[in-house]
Amino acid sequence: MNASDTQDAIARVHRGEWGRLVASLAARFGDLNVAEEAAAEAFAIAVERWPSTGLPPNPGAWLATTATRKAIDHIRRERNREQKHRAAQMTSGHTDPAQGWDVIRDDRLRLIFTCCHPALPMDARVALTLRLVSGLTVAEIARAFLVSEAAMAQRITRAKTKIKTARIPYRVPVARDLPARVSGVLAVLFLVFNEGYLPTSADNDAVRPDLSEEAIRLTRLTRALLPCDDEVAGLLALMLLSEARRPARVSSAGVLVALGEQDRGAWDKDLVAEGHQLVRLCLKAAAAGATPGRYQILAAINAVHTSARDIRQTDWSQILALYNQLVNVDASPVVALNRTVALAEVEGPRVALAAADRLQGTLTGYHAFHATRADLLRRLGRDEEARDAYEAAIKVAGNTAEIALLEQRRDQLESVV
Amino acid sequence: MEFLLSVIDDQNSVGKEDTRKSVDVFNEQLQADGYWVFAGGLALPEVATVVDDRHGEMLVTDGPFVESKEYLAGFWVVEAAGFDVALRLAAAGSRACARRVEIRPFVLE
Repeated sequence: MNASDTQDAIARVHRGEWGRLVASLAARFGDLNVAEEAAAEAFAIAVERWPSTGLPPNPGAWLATTATRKAIDHIRRERNREQKHRAAQMTSGHTDPAQGWDVIRDDRLRLIFTCCHPALPMDARVALTLRLVSGLTVAEIARAFLVSEAAMAQRITRAKTKIKTARIPYRVPVARDLPARVSGVLAVLFLVFNEGYLPTSADNDAVRPDLSEEAIRLTRLTRALLPCDDEVAGLLALMLLSEARRPARVSSAGVLVALGEQDRGAWDKDLVAEGHQLVRLCLKAAAAGATPGRYQILAAINAVHTSARDIRQTDWSQILALYNQLVNVDASPVVALNRTVALAEVEGPRVALAAADRLQGTLTGYHAFHATRADLLRRLGRDEEARDAYEAAIKVAGNTAEIALLEQRRDQLESVV
Repeated sequence: MEFLLSVIDDQNSVGKEDTRKSVDVFNEQLQADGYWVFAGGLALPEVATVVDDRHGEMLVTDGPFVESKEYLAGFWVVEAAGFDVALRLAAAGSRACARRVEIRPFVLE
């Protein structure tokens, strides 16, 4: 194994083992800080040692043993006698730290639920999940969300402190809290995905870890841990069907390509197939009487798109029916806005524009509101108003590729006039 | 572990709704379920008095220590197995008294 092979192998082990390492340490020592630091120290030793010694036969067990030792050292170093006492109590009875390392499924789930606890602010939930479950470094998370490393470190520390002092429990919620708490976890995962899928910032130079990919990985993990939850399946399907279109979403010139103009041959067929399979699973559950949640419905909408060979073959009435269903579970104005796109295809742009105009006020600061209106106005031949709407959209849009698309649309108008 | 559940009121909602009955029901439930430690309602902050005797010269100020639209109107002290339980109790308390409720753990010795 050469040096770069070893580096790749370490990166793979890190990706695969970090979350379960932190989760098990947290379960055992009851302290996220200790867990995180011990895991980081164990990996630091691995990075130093493995290139010369090669990987141990069972890297996960090696890391577990090393990190457990580090955690115990860490607790012993604490001056507080009380804590020393606690550490001694906790370590007793665990003679082989690597033993039972397979029974970690619940630990990771506990970690996810704790990181995504509703008592934490949303940005802290995201940061904590990416740090403790995914193992991104504080610097990577800071870059991804365009805040300074110090600010991100503080956000994470504050969240860990709150978990500790507010006594947020490190466990899977009880059954009656579970649905609400799962949806809280999914909201975090979806936010991470969207931030990678359509970065809100114009800064293209920032080195971003691939947040969409990480969100999919975390959602796959959550699905493995909660295999009976259809909303988890729905969210995973939604992510896969969106991610499948990524290769066709931005042109080589850096302009966002609208769904209708995308080269559908460039879509990732494997991801589409996997997404469709999950949607079929959700449909089966719905047919058996389960009420589909928002992610399942959104996934179904995406599946209608990814099933069409080209935009003209899209089953818009099916999409509109799904949006009508979605409005019932999610009454947000953004959903109502997206519904107008389907409405335009089924009942024409005039009806759709009237529906969009009703959202004026609540969505005035949202670029997609102006962009949607602009497209509808253009189709109605009201070019002047369309241009104003594109201008308004460009003013509030944050993503560079999207701004490029909006400018292109606006300029096409001007060439017609 | 014990948690303080504070009832946050604001001047706009004074006397708007009589929740005595629903609060009584909630209190009885807390006692029946074994969460109850102590609870009480407070007089309005305008009758509060602040005392400062840190320097041995008893300074007495009329009014609350901080003037704000929102104030502490009452509280429960509950014994709960963890934050999630306290959160659920606070949610039920919030419904019962029709006000927002803040959760804070007591410091462990």
